[in-house]
Amino acid sequence: MKKQHLAALQKVYLCLIFSFLYVPIAVMMVFSFNESKSRTLFTGFTLKWYKSLLHNEMILEALWLSLVVAFLAATVATILGVMASIGISGMKKRTQGVINTVSYLPVVNPEIITGVSLMMLFVVYVNVAHWLNSNPSVPGFLKFLPENIFGFGTLLIAHITFCVPYVIFNVAPKLRRMDVRMYEAALDLGCNPRQAFFKVVLPELMPAILSAFLISLTYSIDDFIISYFSCGTLQTLPIAIYSMTRKKVSPEINALSTIMFVAILCIILVSNALESRSYRKKRIKE
Amino acid sequence: MIKNRKLAAPYLVWMVVFILVPLAIVTYFAFTDKEGSFTLENLMIIGQYSTVFVRSLLLAAEATVICLVLSFPVSYFLSRQRAAKQKIFLMLVMLPMWMNFLLRTYAWMSLLENNGIINRILGFFGIGPFQMIYTSGAVVLGMVYNFLPYMILPLYTAMTKIDNSVIEAAQDLGAGMFKTLTKVLIPLSAPGIATGITMVFVPSVSTFIISRMLGGGSNMLIGDLIELQFLGNSYNYNLGSALSLVLMVIVLLCMSFTNGFDDEDMEGVV
Amino acid sequence: MSKIVSLQNIVVGFDGENVLNGLSLDIHDKEFVTFLGPSGCGKTTTLRVIGGFVQPSSGNVFFDGQDITNLPPYKRQVNTVFQKYALFPHLNVYENVAFGLRLKKMDEKEIRSRVLEMLEVVGLKGFERRDTTNLSGGQQQRVAIARGLVNHPRVLLLDEPLGALDLKLRKEMQLELKRLQQAMNITFIYVTHDQEEALTMSDTVVVMKDGNIQQIGSPIDIYNEPENAFVASFIGESNIIDGIMLRDFCVEFAGNEFTCVDKGFGHNELVQVVIRPEDIQVVPAIQGQLTGVVKEVIFKGVHYEMRVEQAGYEWIIHSTQASAPGELIGMCIGPDEIHIMTRTEG
Repeated sequence: MKKQHLAALQKVYLCLIFSFLYVPIAVMMVFSFNESKSRTLFTGFTLKWYKSLLHNEMILEALWLSLVVAFLAATVATILGVMASIGISGMKKRTQGVINTVSYLPVVNPEIITGVSLMMLFVVYVNVAHWLNSNPSVPGFLKFLPENIFGFGTLLIAHITFCVPYVIFNVAPKLRRMDVRMYEAALDLGCNPRQAFFKVVLPELMPAILSAFLISLTYSIDDFIISYFSCGTLQTLPIAIYSMTRKKVSPEINALSTIMFVAILCIILVSNALESRSYRKKRIKE
Repeated sequence: MIKNRKLAAPYLVWMVVFILVPLAIVTYFAFTDKEGSFTLENLMIIGQYSTVFVRSLLLAAEATVICLVLSFPVSYFLSRQRAAKQKIFLMLVMLPMWMNFLLRTYAWMSLLENNGIINRILGFFGIGPFQMIYTSGAVVLGMVYNFLPYMILPLYTAMTKIDNSVIEAAQDLGAGMFKTLTKVLIPLSAPGIATGITMVFVPSVSTFIISRMLGGGSNMLIGDLIELQFLGNSYNYNLGSALSLVLMVIVLLCMSFTNGFDDEDMEGVV
Repeated sequence: MSKIVSLQNIVVGFDGENVLNGLSLDIHDKEFVTFLGPSGCGKTTTLRVIGGFVQPSSGNVFFDGQDITNLPPYKRQVNTVFQKYALFPHLNVYENVAFGLRLKKMDEKEIRSRVLEMLEVVGLKGFERRDTTNLSGGQQQRVAIARGLVNHPRVLLLDEPLGALDLKLRKEMQLELKRLQQAMNITFIYVTHDQEEALTMSDTVVVMKDGNIQQIGSPIDIYNEPENAFVASFIGESNIIDGIMLRDFCVEFAGNEFTCVDKGFGHNELVQVVIRPEDIQVVPAIQGQLTGVVKEVIFKGVHYEMRVEQAGYEWIIHSTQASAPGELIGMCIGPDEIHIMTRTEG
């Protein structure tokens, strides 16, 4: 008797929590089809917000910028991170500890501090460049530093900076746990060290590297705060969304949210399906 | 295995230039005035903003506690489900996290408005309207909503490691529901609690968007204050740096507290 | 028989401690050689020196008469079967075995025929497309062996390859390995801490302790004529007693004089005597050279193990006939069963 009560209570509670998580999203999705601009009264079904979203140059450009930055940042961060993981694995425990602690800083620090500190670095650079370029006593060959740097470059640097640690924390443990004998077996069978790395070690690390790349990609696309301080006048998608929310009433945001939610849902469902399929395949083979 | 330390060189340079040097610059600016001479004034001025600091810490603490209380049963129930069900529930917990937090926060704006959906529904029953948006409560709500999964997930991870037989053993030895909770469940999920607290408290105490969107102008937090110094109207790098430095210290203190808790717990296990 | 591998004064140190102290050893071609010893005795390190994974701080490694001390592993004509196999998880069975041949840029047809042939030899015909991660321990073991052997090495190194298998499978694989070594007609160098395994498979056993060789010999020699107490106790259970060599063919121990077959020791030299538990005959108390009281009797399946107290010393006796605990029994030891060793410390 008591157990049944508990089970029912448990169900009700979970329902409440999940409605708390999903009702706001559901409301947005419903109102993305709302005829009027009202955010509270549903006056009729329409797709016009989706249409106007697809013609919204600002959003489309921001989306494109976000994708480009994310792809470049994730690629560079992955390469840097994988190289770093390998290099670090050969170092003394103590040095490893120091490097890990510093690498942790962008992860544990509030994002606003990472953003602000990078912005300050760029500001200091601009000041130095300006001083060099405008000071008559500086020889001409030193006057090559560009001053207007806030934009794509700073954005990319910022994104790479907060992505690399995630790559390292994904790849380094895998490397540490990898059986050294696997590498030795490759040497034993005739690989030189370079071949052993590309034929055995790298394929072994590949799943970790791939997931590190995907994590970097998502963090980069999702990031608002750090971009906000380093993008200058450029707009990534989250920044464009922010400027839209400032305008208060803009049903296009609802449409955008709906599209993003559905897209994410699809990606997750597909990847889960693929995963369970390959899992089942393996089971069958056994 | 492949002892090629040189491979780490590009990252090490990157790390120094883009992680360490920026923090050093922030520290430098925090201790200098506009002319670049040493001063403690920036840090002294912060005293004037003590209300902002107190509000930030208070609201973040409230949000953290609410998250913890809400999450504990959720994580426990999830960890006792069958594996297949666990996977689905976990996905449901994480799914909202994949949406940009600006969109999630925006969703609450339309719900909480004076003539928003909640007030309309209440009005239908003849209650209200209430002022909900632009209150500190709305800010806490926004934090809880955005960061709840960060509490559920580590708690859940810690609890999946608790074997059912441990709970049964406690009951077998005469512990009631409350005793089982305080003597067994909570101590065993301590590492998860510690991680969860950090993961909710740190972004809450440093946010500046949630407070702006849901709190209006009247609920300024440390994050807003910092943002104002760098990109807003106040434009004072030195003060902004000092504020950042203080925020960083607060966060590190919070982390060392929860980490210490974590370590102690690990020792107990090992 | 010609020497294939020769180690000369090999010294290997890790963290300031010597794992091998000037080890010298010749290994004959087409033999099954086993390095036997407790963990930390340097047997695996010796194997890794031959494989090229450990660089000795001094000394030389010769292979077929040539100095290969500084040759990296991938240029040596030896292959290794690693502890826990070290199969490549991203490659299937076929690709794992073909790995070494691929590196030699061999013709695909040739690779195919050699891989399939080798898989058949190790009993894995039809397993080519399988994932290595889904194989049983014994099957993984066979893949690892095939992966080494397919390259036609002159010497195959095996580093405790059966350690992870259960007892029954281990016995099976022992015979299988011996068969493979004879079929391939190459040298196997095998590392183990299991004395029974060493005795079953080897032509030559090298017993090691603390980075030094204790004894080299055939399994029969090692078992019957251990050169010191360590070898005697490591190879099977033994009674090891201090004694005095009174003169040639006569030794005193346990308060009695015994006839033995050893000679050439000094007059009244202090020695140690090794007697295998199964070599002690149990007789009625009056007929015994020694008499003792049975303390404990344990049934071991094939025989009984008895602990017998005699003049403060506890003897272990294996006998097919049980005596009752508390019973007074006599013990007889034939001259052939007494093995004399010079006394060592510890």
